[in-house]
Amino acid sequence: MRVYLDNAATTMTAPEVVAEMKRFFSEEYANPASLHTMGQHAKEATEKARESIAKAINAEPEEIIFTSGGTESDNLAIKGINAGHIITTKIEHPAVLESCRALEKKGTKITYLDVDPEGLIDLEQLKDSINKGTGLVTIMAANNEIGTILPLEKIGAICKERGVPFHTDAVQALGKVPIDVKAMNIDMLSASAHKIHGPKGMGILYVKKGIKLIPSIHGGGHEHGMRSGTGNTAGIMGMAKAIELMQEKNNMQELRDMLIKGLLEIPETRLNGPRQKRLCNNVNVAFKYIEGEGILLYLDEAGISVSTGSACSSLSLKPSHVLLALGLKPEESHGSIRFSLSRYTTKAEIQYTIEETKKVVKRLRELSPFGKED
Amino acid sequence: MALYSEKVMDHFRHPRNHGRLKEFDAVGKVGNPTCGDVMYIYIKVNNNIITAIGFETMGCAAAIATSSMMTELAKGKSLEEAEKITRGDVANNLNGLPPVKMHCSNLAADGLRIAIKNYRKG
Repeated sequence: MRVYLDNAATTMTAPEVVAEMKRFFSEEYANPASLHTMGQHAKEATEKARESIAKAINAEPEEIIFTSGGTESDNLAIKGINAGHIITTKIEHPAVLESCRALEKKGTKITYLDVDPEGLIDLEQLKDSINKGTGLVTIMAANNEIGTILPLEKIGAICKERGVPFHTDAVQALGKVPIDVKAMNIDMLSASAHKIHGPKGMGILYVKKGIKLIPSIHGGGHEHGMRSGTGNTAGIMGMAKAIELMQEKNNMQELRDMLIKGLLEIPETRLNGPRQKRLCNNVNVAFKYIEGEGILLYLDEAGISVSTGSACSSLSLKPSHVLLALGLKPEESHGSIRFSLSRYTTKAEIQYTIEETKKVVKRLRELSPFGKED
Repeated sequence: MALYSEKVMDHFRHPRNHGRLKEFDAVGKVGNPTCGDVMYIYIKVNNNIITAIGFETMGCAAAIATSSMMTELAKGKSLEEAEKITRGDVANNLNGLPPVKMHCSNLAADGLRIAIKNYRKG
């Protein structure tokens, strides 16, 4: 059996999305900036897509900038706003953290908010951190490793009251958490197509009317001058289709809970991240006395694809910055595995994964010098 | 799996000489849990020859494979021969390791030397 449980990394492109995109490679391939009929057809199609993407987060179509993905969107939002002081969290995606660090080297002050053991920030610390020079608050909508859903509405309200623009990286949240940029007072939002069964290399940055950004890619003035480059028509159409398909019912949350329950039956395991305010497709479990890479590779042999943010997986050898921010000791973070579901995940796959994980953990613990009864 | 050689994967899938020996004369402990790699090497010595060897390892695939390979290299050798086994010997016999794994996960030869030292101390 092949089981793909690494949907937080990327997802299968939905067949409906591929079908939609195909047309824009081989038939409607014209440049949407061209004045001829073919070009205008392409423009009509992509502008319609822009409308439906905007609608999904309750934004206006002209507030959507098409980009190459979440990383570019985060870079544009954070670097483009030209803030003297930025507030973010310790558990952001590297696209946000590294953008902040790059600015920090040039003199921008950055505040990295702490998180509690479930990955939630202290709103009082956020309030206390805002000062006259604060030009941006950037806090993710949901965490990619441990699935924590952050309180966007409360953060948005604080930012609005203090007059500070609020950006959120919603790459993991889009389609899984209701997002309303107006009700939540979100000024900028990054999203990506390939996490929701759309194509890779396609994303958006929502920028509220009135927010001024310095573009990072200059050229022909596309996307209101904010992001030059010929529109990725197939990608845009694919993202709109993926968003449309998102509305379909799914049972990810039920399967997630089944997986959590099954895995926690293994002795000396714990769930990383919150039980409640958690993405419907994220499971992250720490298995004591063993190391994540071994678990990943043994599961891979059983046909199951998972991921680990722990030391040895990424070749960086550093324990996950997210797990460390939760207060886990490095030795506790090493044995952590993330299982991320999609709407295509089946009950049989989850059952198989629970059974195989039990075997793998037992096997690795037999090899380990720790956790033995004697 | 492009990350590791087939030989590494073979030793990771089917570790040789794993587990604590029922009877052993010395143990060498190396590594630390903070880094994620810990190895315990158990040896049984008869007439200066390592007649039995076992390992327990917490760590990545490379850590398990290097432990396994080291035990194969050391088994049946005299203490003097065994302590000459280097990290490089272990890696070479596994057809290489990714550069980043050469230091942190390739501790088995060190563990063996500590076991031999402990044996000599009595």
